[in-house]
Amino acid sequence: MSLDIILSQIFNGLSLSSILLMIGMGLSITFGIMGVINFAHGEFLMIGAYTVFIVQVIFAKLLGQAFPGISFLIALPLSFFVAAGIGWLLEKVLIRFLYGKPYETLLATWGVSLILQQAARNIFGANNVDVASPKWFEHGIQITQGLQLPYNRLFIIGLSSLCLTGMFIYLYRTVKGRKIRAVMQNRRMSACLGIPTPKIDAFTFAMGSGVAGVAGCAVSLLGSIGPSLGQNYIIDAFMVVILGGIGGLAGTIAGALVIGISSSIFEFISTTSMGKVIVFTLVIIFLQWKPQGLFSLKTRALD
Amino acid sequence: MKKWMPFIITAVILLAAPVFLSDFRLNLMGKYLTFAIVALSIDLIWGYTGILSLGHAVFFGLGAYCMGAYLKLQTEALPDFMLWCGLTELPWFWVPFQYFGFALLMAILLPVMVAILIGLPTFRVGIKGVYFSILTQALALVFVILFIGQQMYTGGTNGITNLQHIFGHSLGDVSTMRWLYLATVVLLGLCYLFSRWLVNSRLGRILVAIRDGENRAKFLGYSPQNIKLLIFSVSAGLAGLAGAFFIPQVGIISPSMLGILPSVEIAVWVAVGGRGTLSGAILGAILISAAKSFFSEYFPGAWLYFYGGLFIIVVLMFPQGLMGFIRKYAPRLQLIRLWS
Repeated sequence: MSLDIILSQIFNGLSLSSILLMIGMGLSITFGIMGVINFAHGEFLMIGAYTVFIVQVIFAKLLGQAFPGISFLIALPLSFFVAAGIGWLLEKVLIRFLYGKPYETLLATWGVSLILQQAARNIFGANNVDVASPKWFEHGIQITQGLQLPYNRLFIIGLSSLCLTGMFIYLYRTVKGRKIRAVMQNRRMSACLGIPTPKIDAFTFAMGSGVAGVAGCAVSLLGSIGPSLGQNYIIDAFMVVILGGIGGLAGTIAGALVIGISSSIFEFISTTSMGKVIVFTLVIIFLQWKPQGLFSLKTRALD
Repeated sequence: MKKWMPFIITAVILLAAPVFLSDFRLNLMGKYLTFAIVALSIDLIWGYTGILSLGHAVFFGLGAYCMGAYLKLQTEALPDFMLWCGLTELPWFWVPFQYFGFALLMAILLPVMVAILIGLPTFRVGIKGVYFSILTQALALVFVILFIGQQMYTGGTNGITNLQHIFGHSLGDVSTMRWLYLATVVLLGLCYLFSRWLVNSRLGRILVAIRDGENRAKFLGYSPQNIKLLIFSVSAGLAGLAGAFFIPQVGIISPSMLGILPSVEIAVWVAVGGRGTLSGAILGAILISAAKSFFSEYFPGAWLYFYGGLFIIVVLMFPQGLMGFIRKYAPRLQLIRLWS
């Protein structure tokens, strides 16, 4: 196995990590802040991806041509707001009744996920649809003879870094972000100090959903999209959260990098099926050493 | 005597079902009853011990695969999918499956072993709650991928199909079907009695103690990790047994039946019926499975909407499920209360 191949696998793993990171951020924060396990999170990915598709269809209808480049640029922010809007709605009508009941949210959001998938099937058809990729993503940077870094994957890595930076600045450098972190650490004390926790919850949930929508936009560059798109990523994203630990960005980054790159490498040196088995086994073994994940909020509470 | 009435009446109705149900419905009912056994198994760990496994279809599926291997070898000396994959002789680990006793034993032991393999490292370090649920869910994903990938040993995506005989009788015969149904009723009865004995025993009280306050149970000198491992293994064995009775009645087992969706479905049966009540688990499994058949016959497109909606409504409005509802709103009706 040559160095080129190893490097290109690491690169592919990095782009998978980037997608997992964008999904995992929302999962980790909503679990950390509200004790909510959101199984419908993958469906926000799907919503984001279908947003790109819809924008292209509208362009094609109105102007006779899909204009993949411009429509993608329009769809990118749009997918954030569409997914965030639906996330906000979901929080308002369902999630807020289930705070601190992880099992209940798990079942309820699983139901939501089934409904959203079936809705996508009824609206867009059960088959996958193709999204035209913008022309400027067609090639890549040729590093050596055997190693090419495709632009679309580079873009995904860049997009993910951008989301991460935005999220970091938001959480650690703004007043609202500080409030979010406060609620995450101690909800009741934060409420006593005048932080409007219900508003913070709704807002955080919407933001996490929005970032997953952006991830959906990114995924649409990699292949065709379908109603079960989110299902392909959600379990890996949960593994990221378990591995990284709940409630911080650092853990999610580390978890995403490890899961993404190791999946890519193990799937290459063995088979796809054995690769998954190896990664899963490694996660279980790792948890023997750090049951709370790589980074976790320190707490003195027992339960 | 009075407290056994519901059990006896239910048993009589189920045993007499061949008289009033058509053969097609009877076969479906037999399938639902195996589901009811899985529901019992998950009720033991979730309803009573507070551990939600979202990978229970794996144990069910492993049991079904073990029995499927036996049935397949009854039909063909070398299973067709092995032939297609270029194998000329039976792999060594398939050979003992030509004996019914071995297949049945493995249908229980294999799930138990997998449960120990996954339970030992996770319970040991105190992984609990939703973390455990997510890990078991990943387990389901891993098994599906593994079973699809190892086509020459497992039949790949199609799984084990085209089964013909059991003990020399054709599986398609009405008489075979009826016997299988009656055997399933008896098995369900035994599993129910076993579970009832278990939850009413001292162990059962410790299970509830772990559910309601694991640390307190620990400080009182019990070892939650060992007890959880024990009940998880028992539960996995029960699920495997159910799988072994499932496959002769349905005639197929494929990786899609041990995936995440069927695993979550099992949990939903119990949630709808009422977790922490054995009768609720059985009722939930049968009702939801029947509803699923009904919907797929009459409104195929609407099933997932109904199903997803059911998850949400049950969680929001009936957190204790049907049985909880009955217990709360029918306190004076002795007749109904007895059943719950």
